[in-house]
Amino acid sequence: MRHLLSIEQLSRGEIDAILARAESFAEVGRRDIKKVPTLRGRTVVSLFYEASTRTSSSFELAAKRLSADLVSVKAAGSAVDKGESLKDTVATLSAYDPAAIVIRHPYAGAAQMVAGWADAAVVNAGDGKHEHPSQALLDVFTLQRRLDTLEGKRIWIVGDVLHSRVARSNLIAFRAMGAEVTLCGPPTLIPRGIEQLGCEVSHSLDGLDEADVVYVLRMQNERMRESFVPSLREYAARFQIDSRRLGPRQLLMHPGPVNRGVELSGEVIDSPQSLITEQVASGLVVRMAILYELLAARGERPAPAAGDVVESPAPIGQPA
Amino acid sequence: MRAGDPADLVLRGATVLDPAAGIEGIHDVVIRAGTIAELATPGAASDDGAESIDAAGLHAFPAFFDPHVHLRVPGHEHKEDIETGTRAAAAGGYCGVLAMANTEPPVSTSADVEALRGAASERASVPVGFLATVTRDMAGEELTEMAELREAGAVGFSDDGLPIANARVMRRALQYQRLCGGTIALHEEDPELSGDGVMHEGPVSAVLGLAGIPAVSESTMIARDAALAAYEDGRIHVQHLSAVESVDAVRAARAAGVQISCEASPHHLCLTDEEVRSLDPARFKMNPPLRSEADRQALIEGLRDGTIDCVATDHAPHAAEEKEVPFEQAAMGVTGLETAFAALHTDLVLPGVLDLGLVVERMGGGAEPFGLERPSLAPGSAANVVLCDLGAEWTVGEEGYESRSHNSWCAGRTLTGRVLMTVAAGQVAYRLRSFSLGVAS
Repeated sequence: MRHLLSIEQLSRGEIDAILARAESFAEVGRRDIKKVPTLRGRTVVSLFYEASTRTSSSFELAAKRLSADLVSVKAAGSAVDKGESLKDTVATLSAYDPAAIVIRHPYAGAAQMVAGWADAAVVNAGDGKHEHPSQALLDVFTLQRRLDTLEGKRIWIVGDVLHSRVARSNLIAFRAMGAEVTLCGPPTLIPRGIEQLGCEVSHSLDGLDEADVVYVLRMQNERMRESFVPSLREYAARFQIDSRRLGPRQLLMHPGPVNRGVELSGEVIDSPQSLITEQVASGLVVRMAILYELLAARGERPAPAAGDVVESPAPIGQPA
Repeated sequence: MRAGDPADLVLRGATVLDPAAGIEGIHDVVIRAGTIAELATPGAASDDGAESIDAAGLHAFPAFFDPHVHLRVPGHEHKEDIETGTRAAAAGGYCGVLAMANTEPPVSTSADVEALRGAASERASVPVGFLATVTRDMAGEELTEMAELREAGAVGFSDDGLPIANARVMRRALQYQRLCGGTIALHEEDPELSGDGVMHEGPVSAVLGLAGIPAVSESTMIARDAALAAYEDGRIHVQHLSAVESVDAVRAARAAGVQISCEASPHHLCLTDEEVRSLDPARFKMNPPLRSEADRQALIEGLRDGTIDCVATDHAPHAAEEKEVPFEQAAMGVTGLETAFAALHTDLVLPGVLDLGLVVERMGGGAEPFGLERPSLAPGSAANVVLCDLGAEWTVGEEGYESRSHNSWCAGRTLTGRVLMTVAAGQVAYRLRSFSLGVAS
């Protein structure tokens, strides 16, 4: 694996390798010293053209836990504000000879273009409404820990699929892991033709009780201005997941940030069925695993297969 | 067109094909003082001081006519200008083009048209007709001085690049057309339905998370304007058809007697939205967008049955920095003049989808919708001839481009069939360098 640009481009074997590696980093996370020397002396650039809390903080912490030098660039306040093109910004940052560039961009295909320009390994941390592969990997990781396998599991993705890169990456990833996926939302927020990816489409929550996992998407407040929904009130009445609609054996996920009282009611967010904080914790170890697989595992030894026990790297200060 | 020496040529033993004139056979094509003098029996023509070219095994067609190109003058000379754009046209076998008016500023006054015609008379390799905008500055609100623009030499009218969203304005233009003539060429798109779309709406846009432009954005506007043209007895030409619904709408309008003609572009005839999976805007982002395979088949059928009159490239040059950005941010449009015939020959003629003669006929079909004469090989006609080697393979872009811009939808592809020489309005407008050298030796 040279870059992580999309889930679509990943093989099942590559997904399994990242998940197995993440499991080993979870073990590191339970130690007192959580840092390993793997990427010592190497540079990771974090280039965020969009606001982000979870993704940028967890990638940056992941790089630090692996002992990489981190250069963090936010579009606001940088040369990007002065009209510098993406290509020129990448050329500038490439002068530091980074091992990896982690990029979040408001437009589809940006990470792929950067991969064409830079020598560094490129990680897509979200490109427009296209893909968000690290989110999908951490969601699969979270679910596998809870359910052991996704094979044959039924997952409903509920909400604004049209504007969601998470929905696209997760649909592809969940299906790759053997789950059956239903996309649910009002017809205005389900992209025409999406069922050709091999999923069911539902415009109501009838039948939600079949789901093992309910994955809820963020509903943005401004959507009613473009007539996607008449009002948030009507949206919530038909599509909000609350304790009445969520069955006791169903797991609840959400990529954050949550609009409390819109797509989720407060009580389900805080219920024991909610994996939302586990998703955040998984984000760190999965992103460590992504950087490791891209930068350290390459050419070192064959990637671990599913079920292989992967030895945890030694903490810093101990012989590797 | 720039004044030059009238051509004196004998193309010896060429396979001559001009379906519109009923010409098919092997002849010596004799061009004297810029006019087709004779289609002689092979070996029968004397040189008489003319340059003699061994054209055995080569094809001579009437040169092509493109009713839809963007020469980018004035205002966007970093993308193209009259000299580079018409050189690209000549290299593609064209003997005439119509230049769109969506420049900066748009071509909205008689002074603009006169200035452009003057520039073309000094710098163009092939004759250029200029369209003027329908509405002042393409704002879609007030009509331009259409009658004065016609007197200044505007071939027709178009706000191409933008639709005429307001039906009342469209109706007034059709009413006023009765006074001054001039076909109105229409970029049909409902801006509200297209929204911020950047590609065809369908399964591919769903997967890529790109906002879609639905096919009905085009077809509903065609239906509206066909109804208005019928009501006002106006003459309209629909530009760059892209969807099955649009072909149906034009077919229905024709059947109802509307004075309507239309065009399709080589990229819509050869490609589908599957190409957009590459997220490469330089080759695959344009408006209207590449659509589905069903749409492509409908365009091919429309071209075959005559619903679609002609092939038009919508040659739309853009500078590298306008395309080296993520798909959604990139400029819309691809270049096509230099590759149109070779691409259609490679993708549609060689696989047996369309007859060579039909493609040649439609490549010249862009003149008549604007009241201009179709290029012809009939003796006595002005010499508008393209000489092609249908067996020659070439890789697009390998030797650069005549166009100033490199956003060819064929970039990197190997095509079969190459223009060796173009004669436009009686003058030699283009010779492929290696072909010229071959002749010299």
